[in-house]
Amino acid sequence: MSTNHPVTEDIILKIENVNRTYIDEDDNQVEALQDINLSVRRGEFLSIIGSSGCGKTTLLRLIAGLDKPETGRLTLDGEEIVGPDPQRGYVFQQGGLFNWLTVEKNIATGLKARRVYKKNKDLISHYINLVGLTGFEKAYPHQISGGMAQRVAIARALINNPKVLLLDEPMGALDSFTRADIQEKLLELHKKNKTTMILVTHDVDEAIYLSDRIVIMTPRPGKISEIMEVNLPHPRDRGSTQFLAIRKEILEKFHLASALPQPEYTI
Amino acid sequence: MGNVSQNYTSALPIIKSKLSKKGQKLISKKEWPVYFILTLAGFATAIASNAFIKQIADVEIKVYNVAGINLTFNTFYRFVLGLLILIYGISGIYSYFDPIRRSNFAYRAPFRFAVGIGLGLWDFLGTKLLLLPQPFFPGPAKILEAFIMEGDFIWENTLYSLRLFVVGFSLGVVFGIGTGILIGWFPKVYYWVYPVLKMTGVIPAVAWMPFALTLFPTPFMAAVFLIIICAWFSIAGLTAQGIQSTPKAQLEVAKTLGAKTSFLVFHVAVPHAMPQIFTGISNANGFAFTTLVMAEMMGQPGGLGYYINLSKVWSAYYKVFASILVMAILFSLIMKIIAKIRDRVLRWQKGWVKE
Repeated sequence: MSTNHPVTEDIILKIENVNRTYIDEDDNQVEALQDINLSVRRGEFLSIIGSSGCGKTTLLRLIAGLDKPETGRLTLDGEEIVGPDPQRGYVFQQGGLFNWLTVEKNIATGLKARRVYKKNKDLISHYINLVGLTGFEKAYPHQISGGMAQRVAIARALINNPKVLLLDEPMGALDSFTRADIQEKLLELHKKNKTTMILVTHDVDEAIYLSDRIVIMTPRPGKISEIMEVNLPHPRDRGSTQFLAIRKEILEKFHLASALPQPEYTI
Repeated sequence: MGNVSQNYTSALPIIKSKLSKKGQKLISKKEWPVYFILTLAGFATAIASNAFIKQIADVEIKVYNVAGINLTFNTFYRFVLGLLILIYGISGIYSYFDPIRRSNFAYRAPFRFAVGIGLGLWDFLGTKLLLLPQPFFPGPAKILEAFIMEGDFIWENTLYSLRLFVVGFSLGVVFGIGTGILIGWFPKVYYWVYPVLKMTGVIPAVAWMPFALTLFPTPFMAAVFLIIICAWFSIAGLTAQGIQSTPKAQLEVAKTLGAKTSFLVFHVAVPHAMPQIFTGISNANGFAFTTLVMAEMMGQPGGLGYYINLSKVWSAYYKVFASILVMAILFSLIMKIIAKIRDRVLRWQKGWVKE
């Protein structure tokens, strides 16, 4: 029952009674999030899974400060989240790389935006090396593969040394081999930097493979239905009986939790 | 020997891929002389046509003394053609030793030949056979007379045009990009300014001429004003479009990286809009040339347009052609410089967009 990461009960991020509704195209009020309460432990790898429309991305955007809750509050180390901040790094599903900048300049963006570029120039090559992109410093985003682009996006967020790294389905658009490659990279970075990571995904295997805890969300209204601990040692074997047991448990929960069966989860 | 030719053959695909033009072929050293002779033959024909066929057009052949040498426009014309032969001859010999340069030289040979033949025909039909009415279609040699006669004056007028263009156009670009950024970034500015821009943007700049001439103390400033507004509106419109089309994800990423508004505008939105900004600049460039010449023809104390007007009054059509020739060279040069700047700024697009 031990994990590789020493997870303490030290809470870094607190989400209390958060509600978020929005009006859709047909003028209907949609409850994207309802009564969300969640405490994220310092240094943990937390995954949020659920079907589309369950509000998992909305929740991540609230943590990033890109969106605001209607009621309730979010605090990072006791400080209320009011807007985007380099303390909370964000990696989008489709990179969002600046296509007019080279790999190295994309990664340096955070330093420039915070006006600390001159002092920290040396960090750039460190982070390029960290995500394994040495030799591609001068390449433009269209010249590299999708997997490499995501690694650039991850390095770009990490160079600000964020307290929390938010990952919004960063492997969603990748093929399965590249996906596995990025997953290894994330685990390695997590181990090395001890950054708290929050990953939004709809891939159950990915969540089990990477996470210390898994938050299961259900849609309409977007709610947390359960939080599961994954107490397997790293590196995890996707074919092991424990792994498969957890997977079965989660999938069953989905059928129980959802009003309608979700075909995208029948694997 | 066998080895060398084998290496050469295996390198062929690589060399071929470096040929930039469509329909361009690789030329061997053996084929080269054909193209070399072809290039020079056209201009040689033009010289022959000028020197050996008797002129029947009633055109006075004046003798000018330039730097101690007595010149007529005919000898000057032949001298210029000779200079072209010399330049192309040297570049041809230089190109002989490199497969890429050789192919590029050969690629241009038929066109250069045609230019030479064209000049010869023009001369022949005009001043020799009088098939082209004189003095409306002076021969190529006669046009060059303008440069021997009053080269200084043409140079002065060229500089005047250039100054007018540089001042007007660069201010137009600055105002255009500035306004475009404001319109594209702030919805309030867009609401109030964009409709005005849309309405005034369709008016040809020269329509403001009477107004400009009365409002500004000097004709130069009036012309600068006209060039500014013609560049301003088209650049502002496209800049605004480019700014507005910045992907939300890129702006949000920048925010989470610690970017404040000025960073978002100048390091995200503006670089993203650069391709459109340059489209605006190229469009504006064409309008600005038109406006420049029109303004000069309608009330400037100098410039190439002014020179055309002045010459027209004296029915000196060869001078009109001389002025047009200078415009062609000057405006192509300006376009080329702008294209170079664009390629430099947008070098990240290389291999990403179809060229």
